[in-house]
Amino acid sequence: MGMAADPPVQQVRKDSERGLAVAFALTVAVLAVAPFMLYPVFLMQALCFALFACAFNLLIGYVGLLSFGHALFFGWASYLSAHAAKHWGFPPEAALLLATTCAAGLGVIAGGIAIRRQGIYFAMITLALAQMMYFVALRVPFTGGEDGIQDVRRGYLFGIFDLSNDLTMYVFVLLVVLAGFLFIYRIVNSPFGEVLKAIRENELRAVSLGYRTDRYKLVAFVLSATLAGLAGALKALVFHLASLTDVHWTMSGEVVLMTLVGGLGTLFGPVVGAFLIVALQNYLASFGQWVLVIQGSIFVVCVLAFRRGIIGKLGNALRVKL
Amino acid sequence: MRTAASLALALAALMTTAAQAQVNVKIGVMSDMSGLYSDLGGPGSVVAAKMAVDDFNPAAHGMKVDIVSADMLNKPDVGANIARQWFDVDHVNVIVDVPNSGVALAVNEVAREKNKAFLVSGAASSDLTGAKCSPNTIHWTYDTWMLANGTGKALVKTGGDTWFFITADYAFGHALERDTTAVVTANGGKVLGSVNVPLGTPDFSSFLLQAQQSKAKIIGLANAGGDTINSIKQGSEFGITAGGQHFAGLLVFVSDVNALGLKVAQGLVLTETWYWDMNDANRAWTKRWQVERAGKFPTMIHAGVYSAITHYLKAVAELKSAEDGKVVVAKMKEMPTDDPLFGKGTIRADGRKVHPAYLFEVKKPEESKYPGDDYTQRSTIPADEAFRPLKDGNCPLVSAAK
Amino acid sequence: MVEIFGIPSQALLGQLLIGLINGSFYALLSLGLAVIFGMLNIINFTHGAQYMMGAFVAYLLLQYLGLNYWAALVVVPLLVGATGILIERLFLQRLRELDHLYGLILTFGLALIIEGLFRNYFGSSGRPYEIPAALQGGRNLGFMFLPNYRAWVIVFSLAICLATWFAIERTRLGSYLRAATENPALVRAFGINVPRMVTLTYGFGVGLAALAGVMAAPIYNVSPQMGSDLIIVVFAVVVIGGMGSILGAILTGFTLGIVEGLTKVFFPEASSTVIFVIMVIVLLVRPAGFFGRIA
Repeated sequence: MGMAADPPVQQVRKDSERGLAVAFALTVAVLAVAPFMLYPVFLMQALCFALFACAFNLLIGYVGLLSFGHALFFGWASYLSAHAAKHWGFPPEAALLLATTCAAGLGVIAGGIAIRRQGIYFAMITLALAQMMYFVALRVPFTGGEDGIQDVRRGYLFGIFDLSNDLTMYVFVLLVVLAGFLFIYRIVNSPFGEVLKAIRENELRAVSLGYRTDRYKLVAFVLSATLAGLAGALKALVFHLASLTDVHWTMSGEVVLMTLVGGLGTLFGPVVGAFLIVALQNYLASFGQWVLVIQGSIFVVCVLAFRRGIIGKLGNALRVKL
Repeated sequence: MRTAASLALALAALMTTAAQAQVNVKIGVMSDMSGLYSDLGGPGSVVAAKMAVDDFNPAAHGMKVDIVSADMLNKPDVGANIARQWFDVDHVNVIVDVPNSGVALAVNEVAREKNKAFLVSGAASSDLTGAKCSPNTIHWTYDTWMLANGTGKALVKTGGDTWFFITADYAFGHALERDTTAVVTANGGKVLGSVNVPLGTPDFSSFLLQAQQSKAKIIGLANAGGDTINSIKQGSEFGITAGGQHFAGLLVFVSDVNALGLKVAQGLVLTETWYWDMNDANRAWTKRWQVERAGKFPTMIHAGVYSAITHYLKAVAELKSAEDGKVVVAKMKEMPTDDPLFGKGTIRADGRKVHPAYLFEVKKPEESKYPGDDYTQRSTIPADEAFRPLKDGNCPLVSAAK
Repeated sequence: MVEIFGIPSQALLGQLLIGLINGSFYALLSLGLAVIFGMLNIINFTHGAQYMMGAFVAYLLLQYLGLNYWAALVVVPLLVGATGILIERLFLQRLRELDHLYGLILTFGLALIIEGLFRNYFGSSGRPYEIPAALQGGRNLGFMFLPNYRAWVIVFSLAICLATWFAIERTRLGSYLRAATENPALVRAFGINVPRMVTLTYGFGVGLAALAGVMAAPIYNVSPQMGSDLIIVVFAVVVIGGMGSILGAILTGFTLGIVEGLTKVFFPEASSTVIFVIMVIVLLVRPAGFFGRIA
């Protein structure tokens, strides 16, 4: 009896994993060829935001916590990386490392404060913290105020690779983002990830099972913050600048939009969502006046008719957990 | 046979020379199309650009000129991104306008890196011709030094010798306050105090109260846009002018005055370099501009776009190429400028376009005879006094030339 | 002249009064938000845009129909409230059973659409709107010059806040509403049309936002972004007061106005951030805000 029950479960899991592996291979293949067909800087921008959205999704999709202040980590890591590269002469890998570590630190502090609450209160605390840090960024000379930190040199990676070449930089960015993505995959598909999902479904039950849910949530928060920071640090190097836009609350709103459009709680959703929204923004730049209306409409349509997002719907149709 | 062959040859020769002679130019108008500065620059700048191209008549010079436009959303990364894409992918030769100093500084660097031209009409930062000056950039229309000097000096000389600043708490506001303070004290005035106001604060009553209590004769508004409008609107509520104090708007445009209405804005003193109603040429140009922008009035930024593109195209026509940004800008500096809006002028080594500035005062409602009749001209500041002296700018191009 | 921390007491008194005036504004604005969340459990991010619509409709009524400020005070909340009812019927009803998150995102999207449309049509510079003749000028109170319009703001806001609080907490209709929030099925079983009440309540909350907009038009710049500048502060007020509580929103609004006013004197650069600092502290000490019901 026991033996008869097992195979279907294992089969489903194998199918799911195979589906994911195929999707991943497809993505990598497309991204490897893309810079020869599309503008590399646009692709790098989309990749950075993809990582940002994935980091955000870790929190909302798998733990069920909506953070309205993720711009804090993204933006401040961006500033640190830019400042280190420009004023302290750090090579790119050191700048990234510094920025990401600081983002983790900020995550510990912010998480420590915010985790105690749930739902809308959690969201409001994260928003408040992000707003406070926005005003700090506005005033402190370190960040360059409303001009931002401009003219950041990308430098030489490990002293060898000249990152000022867009293609070389693209390869670097792609590798980092893929690594981040795989890391998230590992987190989600691990015992730790299972507990997170349990907390999302029913926190009280998880507590009654003996799990210290606060600890788990904090760790997830810090991981999310760190990866968001990595995305921000990368972005500063890609664009040669870090500015107030990166810490403003509308940036937090944009990452919500990307994840929603792509599909909350899916692995590939945020990536697709990020690419779509970045493409839309670039395309709409010449229609400047309609940007707000179109973004708002996307929000509304997604919530009303499209809650699972693109990847969610696709995954449903293909019966694969994407 | 022979005639046919020679005809064919002649035709072929003509065609190749024609193809060789045509110079393709692409102009990118980057502005704030949807946000705070969309009335200062925005779609109006695109209209001004089109007018400049039409008036220049590219076909007569063997040129073909295209215009593209984009919204930089007042974000430096968006602006830099668009600039990169335009230069790398879309073959844009020159970027014009950009009414935001942060974005302008970013685009300044991109233009330098890609060796294209950048003609700033909208941004205010005097750093563009100072520490950040570039052989690829020309700063048209105005800058913070000119504003501070124009309004500040004129007011001190006419008796406004005590000042209190309401400053927007960010780099631009501080720069404006610093420059104006320098001018005021240099001319015998005194600054009694100042208060830093977070950007975008809607309510100024508390700060206005502090200004009232300082008893300064002039309240200097080191802010812009919505902040300036709110300060003045609420100032009239609190009886600032009734109490004998005057506002000095350090950065005010016609569109701000329209948003306030003359009743509230009357008596405001400000400095601009172009006003639509100053002379017949300006009025005629405004009428043409209004065909596409009904109900609105052009600002000095729009005029600057027109003037800059006119001069740029002249330079390109002489050089027969728009490819090398540095070369074109050098040519522009070489040639004296002349256009219907700004008249004759020059461009200095640091990239500063120089022309006279004018001190205006906002009319009382009863003095205004028709829509748009907002300003009385109080005085003219000659071109050689209006802008920061060349030696004071710390521009590497200037010191290198020495 | 008595000095407190280096500021003459006269000046301080003036700043306190101004703080109170601003506080009444915050209270009025957060009232609508508190009603909508407290009664309907909807987080209305469109509130800022609806406030902006109130100001613009007042401007348009004056410009094209010649309706003055006093008429606007009555007409505008009704008009904008009607759009609120439309929003509720078309969009919010479908999200009733879902997570709060979706309502939040939807209203956020609507706010973007509304602001975008107004910006496209009106530009971003703002429109002039004068203080009504009856309220112009002011009187010199000795320690400061108090414009009549500001005095009116305090009085009117207080009146509306108290009337709303009374209507919800002390009348029968209010009690139906509160009951419907707690147990809609049961209240429905009693024959009360719950969906209609919900729709009307949302419309009422939106109307309050629009009313605040009309109040703001004479003194603040009437521009499409006037709402988005304020919305976050208003949210903070409601959260601090306790998201279910009308009284909490009112008291917090007034208190915040005063605290902000004092900050503007002693540390003006921080006056925009002080609200968030307070919010974080309050939420840590009292998880549901001062008067909130749920933890």
